[in-house]
Amino acid sequence: MKQKISFYLNGQPLILETEPDRPLLWVLRNDLKITSPKFGCGEGYCGACTVLVDGEPLRSCQTEIVRVNGRRIITLEGLRKGDQLHPLQQAFLKHEAFQCGFCTNGMILEALALLQKKSKPSRAEIIEALEDHLCRCGAHQRIIQAIEEASKMMKGGSNESKREIGRNT
Amino acid sequence: MNRKEKSEEIHKNNISYNESKKNIAFKDQNLPTLSRRDFLKLSGTGLFVFFLVGGRCEPLVSLQGQTRQREYPEDFNAYLLIGEDGRIRCFSGKVEMGQGIKTSLAQILAEELDVTLDMVEMILGDTALCPYDMGTFGSRTIKYFGPALRQAAAEARAALIELASTELGVPIDQLAIENGFVYDVKRPSHRVSYGQLTKGKRIERYLRSKPQPKPIETHKIAGQPLPRLDAMEKVTGQALFAGDISLPNMVYARILRPPTHGAKLKSLNFDELKNIPEIEIVQDGDLIAVLHHTFDGASAALKRIKAEFDVPSNELNDENIHNHLIKMAPPGNIIDQKGNLEEGEKIASQIIEATYCNPYVAHSPIETHTALVSIEKDEVKVWASTQRPFGVQSEVAQALGVPASKVHVFPVYVGGGFGGKNSNRQAVEAARLAQKAGKPVMVIWTREEEFFFDTFMPAAVVKIRSGLDPKNRLTFWDYTVFWAGERSSQIFYDIPHYRVLSRGSWSGQQSAHPFNVGPWRAPGSNTNVFARESHFDILASRSRIDPLEFRLNHLSNERMRRVLLRLADEFGWKPSPAPSGRGYGLSCADYLGTYVALMVEIDVDAQTGVIKVKRMVCVQDMGEVINPEGAKEQIEGCLMMGLGYALTEEIHFKGGKILDLNFDRYEIPRFSWLPEIKAIVLDNKEVPAQGGGEPAIINVGAAVANALFDKTGIRLNRLPLNRKGVLQALKEKK
Ligand code: FES
Ligand code: FES
Repeated sequence: MKQKISFYLNGQPLILETEPDRPLLWVLRNDLKITSPKFGCGEGYCGACTVLVDGEPLRSCQTEIVRVNGRRIITLEGLRKGDQLHPLQQAFLKHEAFQCGFCTNGMILEALALLQKKSKPSRAEIIEALEDHLCRCGAHQRIIQAIEEASKMMKGGSNESKREIGRNT
Repeated sequence: MNRKEKSEEIHKNNISYNESKKNIAFKDQNLPTLSRRDFLKLSGTGLFVFFLVGGRCEPLVSLQGQTRQREYPEDFNAYLLIGEDGRIRCFSGKVEMGQGIKTSLAQILAEELDVTLDMVEMILGDTALCPYDMGTFGSRTIKYFGPALRQAAAEARAALIELASTELGVPIDQLAIENGFVYDVKRPSHRVSYGQLTKGKRIERYLRSKPQPKPIETHKIAGQPLPRLDAMEKVTGQALFAGDISLPNMVYARILRPPTHGAKLKSLNFDELKNIPEIEIVQDGDLIAVLHHTFDGASAALKRIKAEFDVPSNELNDENIHNHLIKMAPPGNIIDQKGNLEEGEKIASQIIEATYCNPYVAHSPIETHTALVSIEKDEVKVWASTQRPFGVQSEVAQALGVPASKVHVFPVYVGGGFGGKNSNRQAVEAARLAQKAGKPVMVIWTREEEFFFDTFMPAAVVKIRSGLDPKNRLTFWDYTVFWAGERSSQIFYDIPHYRVLSRGSWSGQQSAHPFNVGPWRAPGSNTNVFARESHFDILASRSRIDPLEFRLNHLSNERMRRVLLRLADEFGWKPSPAPSGRGYGLSCADYLGTYVALMVEIDVDAQTGVIKVKRMVCVQDMGEVINPEGAKEQIEGCLMMGLGYALTEEIHFKGGKILDLNFDRYEIPRFSWLPEIKAIVLDNKEVPAQGGGEPAIINVGAAVANALFDKTGIRLNRLPLNRKGVLQALKEKK
């Protein structure tokens, strides 16, 4: 049975009518043409499909769409403000923290959730947060360095970069 | 010809042999029909420089062994174009898979033609715009492409200067280029832009003679770390991979799959699908699929198909596979030899023999095989995650029965290939379904399909017999590799008598493997280097000599010595015979002209059997370095990926059924595995740029196995060095 479901997507209110048990990943990708969350395994193992729901990183392949009713979803598309890249994006660029870039979505969003909880995480905490995000190209070292750098930038940065993405849009 | 030249010669022959075999395996028969004239007509005005990457295009050999006529241009597979906007564009059928080739190639162009990087565009992997290319196989792209591109750019520069000479009325030797202009060195304001020179003209140059590229010392852009051109799109989520493309009316397909390889469909029942709206069932021979405008909709419907299969019995499993492979091996080819093994055996005071093996290993890129096909009136449009756009073009054309020139493969980003995306089954499936359904069809393999159809790194065996004389010098080396191919098995050590035999390859028609196998990052080398370098450590420890010293005692090759000595220095290697209890391991290898060596430090958890690699230092001499940052990144990626095949990765199977179908059972490297990694690239300007995308991975297996021995005295000859194996060996030792 179809059902009306409403949520905010990167700040925009949205209503759609669909089966409530559909995976959020495919509603985003197929119905809404939001393609930054990637399909990597479909079972919650790889993290490529990560989005933020009320600031929490969720695996959208494992999240039924009904669960986001009334909530705020942020995808990688929603990170930059106009021309201004988010510090995490800047740091990923600077450190070339990817090769093929297929895991990058999950890495950046998981890191963002981490930095919002803890502005200066230790290396061990970064590793713990990312442990279930798989990268086959082996960009791990650079990803960690990028997150450490972003953490520094965000601490001393402008209000813009301190803005809590997903909570107060 | 000295020994080194000879071995390089053999090396080269082997490569070309492999290439032509690969063509057979890939069935590249339905060739594009774009004629040279058609091709040039497409391209409009400007200055063109046509060139060839990777030497002469080899004639394709059809399955019957006959040479087929090629109808597309044979004497070039890439070209440069300088148009009236003054921009410099390079068209090539290579693809970007995260190796950063776009950037390093653009750097070369910008350097040679003295323009800023943003004036350069690399157009890769578009079958309608780019000339035919065989495919992007790992690290060969820079190796062959870089030097050719540099020469093409130098040719373009010479042509621009000639044009300017007429235009400005200044002799050629009085002209120079800077920032997109040709100018008179005596009167720099007297100048003309590249765009003005090529405006409205059509100038064609073919790269046959060799113009002089800029001397390396004057390079300002090549050789400098620069950010990658694809980077911005990747961090903002705008980079388009095949699965991100959408077309009006398109549908997603999920395909009915057999439970095992070789299973035959027995019965089929769609009753449960009847009441589901918007579902379409398509059947084209053995290809049965459900279509829906969402991927999840198609997936849900697929579950309701009732299908029964006849599963043939199959005795093979991951335990008995290696015996099977040895039994099935053909007589094989001699890859490298010198002296006389019997002589060598006579002077040996001890004989040391061992057998090494590795299992099937999956490519598992995070992006699964994906393709979208839209059949339109005049053109078949294809977007596919592939390493071989022109392979997709011909395979799709063949499946649809249309000329290849009617199939247009568009470039997209590829989410990792590692050799696995040479095979394009998913694109053919999408094409067949699109034809039947009469609308665009997207096929996205699930992770289970990705494992099921992967062209694995072949399971393989190596047997080595060797002898030491009383002075601890190798007297002979009798080496046989089964089913992995010969790459990196050639001898660079000083051994008076040796023979290297390769029996059965991963490519070609004859196969003893129960599944598809294919090139996996550095094909063959991971097997060969694991065996040889493990064996060298055994020899060193029998001799009670430090493993590095033992290797140096057998090494007059200056390039390799330089790599090893630098490595020892960077790592802080203190000589000691193994096992020393420290957990140090070493391996070195030659990969198609790149010299690479690795030292690691490990720890072993005696309770769990888990090996923790704490530190990896890698030194690589890959000739002239185009983009050092990119090269380092590739090395780091190789080392991290290599930990997977060294420690955990193995496809388990039984009765034709593959048991590892997702990342829960198949363990690839994770963040917590990350060692301290140091990658050092030696810039060796005396050797032209070699490939960097593969070499560093090939030492990981042996270096870790040797470190395990150094730490615990346990020698494991079978990859991966997983918990189970380590625990068991620890127990047996007690
Ligand atoms: S696709 Fe969702 S976790 Fe892998
Ligand atoms: S960059 Fe390719 S999977 Fe991480």
